Amino acid sequence: MRKPDLSVNLAGITLRNPVMTASGTFGYGEEFSEYLDLEKIGAIITKGLSLRPRAGNPMPRIVETPGGMLNAIGLQNVGIDAFIEKKVPFLRTISTPVIVNFFGNTVEEYADLAARLDAVPEVAGVEVNISCPNVKHGGIVFGTDPKAASSVVGAVRRATTKPLIVKLSPNVTDIVEMAQACAEAGADVLSLINTITGMAIDLKSRRPALANVTGGLSGPAVKPVALRMVWQVSRAVKLPVIGIGGIATATDALEFLVAGATAVQVGTANFMAPDASQRIAEDMERYLRENGIADVKELIGSLRV
Amino acid sequence: MHFKSVVVSNLEISPGYRRIRLTAPRGIMEAKPGQFVMVKVRDGVDPLLRRPFCIYDVGTFSLEYPDTPRRYYLEILYKVVGKGTSILSYLHERDSVDILAPLGNGFTIGEPGEEKLLVGGGFGLAPLYFLARRLVDASPVKVFIGGRRKEDVLCVTEFEQLGIDTYVATDDGTLGARGLVTEVLEEHLSLEGKRRAVFACGPEPMLRAVARMCAKYGIRCQVAVEATMACGLGACLGCVVKGASHDEKAPDYRCVCKEGPVFDTTELLWDEAVNEVRP
Ligand SMILES: Cc1cc2nc3c(=O)[nH]c(=O)nc-3n(C[C@H](O)[C@H](O)[C@H](O)COP(=O)(O)OP(=O)(O)OC[C@H]3O[C@@H](n4cnc5c(N)ncnc54)[C@H](O)[C@@H]3O)c2cc1C
Ligand code: FES
Repeated sequence: MRKPDLSVNLAGITLRNPVMTASGTFGYGEEFSEYLDLEKIGAIITKGLSLRPRAGNPMPRIVETPGGMLNAIGLQNVGIDAFIEKKVPFLRTISTPVIVNFFGNTVEEYADLAARLDAVPEVAGVEVNISCPNVKHGGIVFGTDPKAASSVVGAVRRATTKPLIVKLSPNVTDIVEMAQACAEAGADVLSLINTITGMAIDLKSRRPALANVTGGLSGPAVKPVALRMVWQVSRAVKLPVIGIGGIATATDALEFLVAGATAVQVGTANFMAPDASQRIAEDMERYLRENGIADVKELIGSLRV
Repeated sequence: MHFKSVVVSNLEISPGYRRIRLTAPRGIMEAKPGQFVMVKVRDGVDPLLRRPFCIYDVGTFSLEYPDTPRRYYLEILYKVVGKGTSILSYLHERDSVDILAPLGNGFTIGEPGEEKLLVGGGFGLAPLYFLARRLVDASPVKVFIGGRRKEDVLCVTEFEQLGIDTYVATDDGTLGARGLVTEVLEEHLSLEGKRRAVFACGPEPMLRAVARMCAKYGIRCQVAVEATMACGLGACLGCVVKGASHDEKAPDYRCVCKEGPVFDTTELLWDEAVNEVRP
């Protein structure tokens, strides 16, 4: 059989295969370059950027939980200036598309960042993290209120010509409502899910395991929730969807495609093995070959209910 | 490097403490004292994350059969504290684990003429033994080993076999002097004359005491510190400790896996807990 076609298209970004790395689990790409071939994955999504550098939360910031982990890193990052000056030069040396994840504290900050990134040719697309509190409006999380989400996405849309991915928070009652709000406001692609808010307690000391008390749950433990949301959103909204949540094997990734995702992001699994994303892409290809599937796109949304 | 490794041996060296020898590629011989490894103790999602351990030693060995090539190994000295380390403790010869190594920065060796004072407690002796092996031919070395009870005092024989003067203190007096090893250290720091450098690894209260003492005597001190880790590669930023200029308004966090695990004591904040690994 011929080599199966693994390529997919996300709002004009061509990925050689559907496997991307999730923001915050892969640094700025360079950290992992010794451990895998960056030319073998679909795209790199870099660590969430803000306008100014951010120091992040007190420690402990991470704790392992059954089948997953909680993190409260606090969005520590170098800020956009240092990103452009220190991180982009490396990213220029690879042909794999680079998608930049970013966030703000106000609608204006989101728009500013989007405009700055619009001018960086190495950036193939942007992914907006809307799971952040709006400091101007009582700290309500943009991504849990359809109106707030819509205003952020609208502002970013006006500020950039690049493909616009919106990363949805699962900490909502109705994910479809959020997805529709973002779609109407101008998103090109929806990625989901971000981490699920959770906590862990140390009984001996009766203290929270994380200094921040709560954190975001990721890893295989969240996969069923993520699959369900991807399925619901991809049925309800016309936009391509990127599946995220506990993907550690090609089987996991393929299940997300069947549920309706066009591509996937590998997150926590990068910590289990730094070459996880490459391995998943290779195993996907093997699966297609062994099952006589010529094009990975045949699988997208092929769930038989 | 990222490699599959086979267990060569896995021995209890004191109640609750073990030493495991693992095969490694040749490149492991380049590892520096103070560097660490991330071990996935078994496949699958439980436990999910790798566990970090300092390198205790590296070397070569040959199998018992004639004409087999020499093989390279790395050793870890570990304390059984939870799920990951207890799985590690059950591994037998020929079982395999998955390793990232060597990671982090390692100790700066300094000038040969200086007297090197190594201070450690519990599994903190691991990087210090590796360091002592590198130092001993060029520099005078003394090692100070502390522990709660005599079971926590590790590696005395190993250091003595290197010909190093070894000083021991336990909280309960079951081995060596009764009291804190840092008190024994201070007697040596306060001696007149020689140029000295201190290297420490162990529980945080010990490190804090050593840091203060070295500041008082104006002696350069490097410490290897711990933090909870996920990636080990400087990407997740889960593993930070407080840097010297840290305060709540202007946080100063240092990434242990990338900027450390070895820091000059002047780089970190010692007024409060530098790190809070344990809740
Ligand atoms: C740079 C570095 C070097 C280390 N070197 C050694 C060594 O040479 N020998 C040794 O015995 N131990 C060493 N440790 C500590 C060792 O990593 C932990 O004891 C081990 O991860 C505990 O795993 P567990 O599953 O048995 O325990 P768990 O049940 O997971 O937890 C027990 C305790 O270990 C801590 N811990 C758990 N996971 C991690 C993690 N991913 N990173 C750091 N701490 C964790 C927890 O906070 C908890 O208090 C080192 C740690 C670091 C960061
Ligand atoms: S463990 Fe991920 S940055 Fe150090």
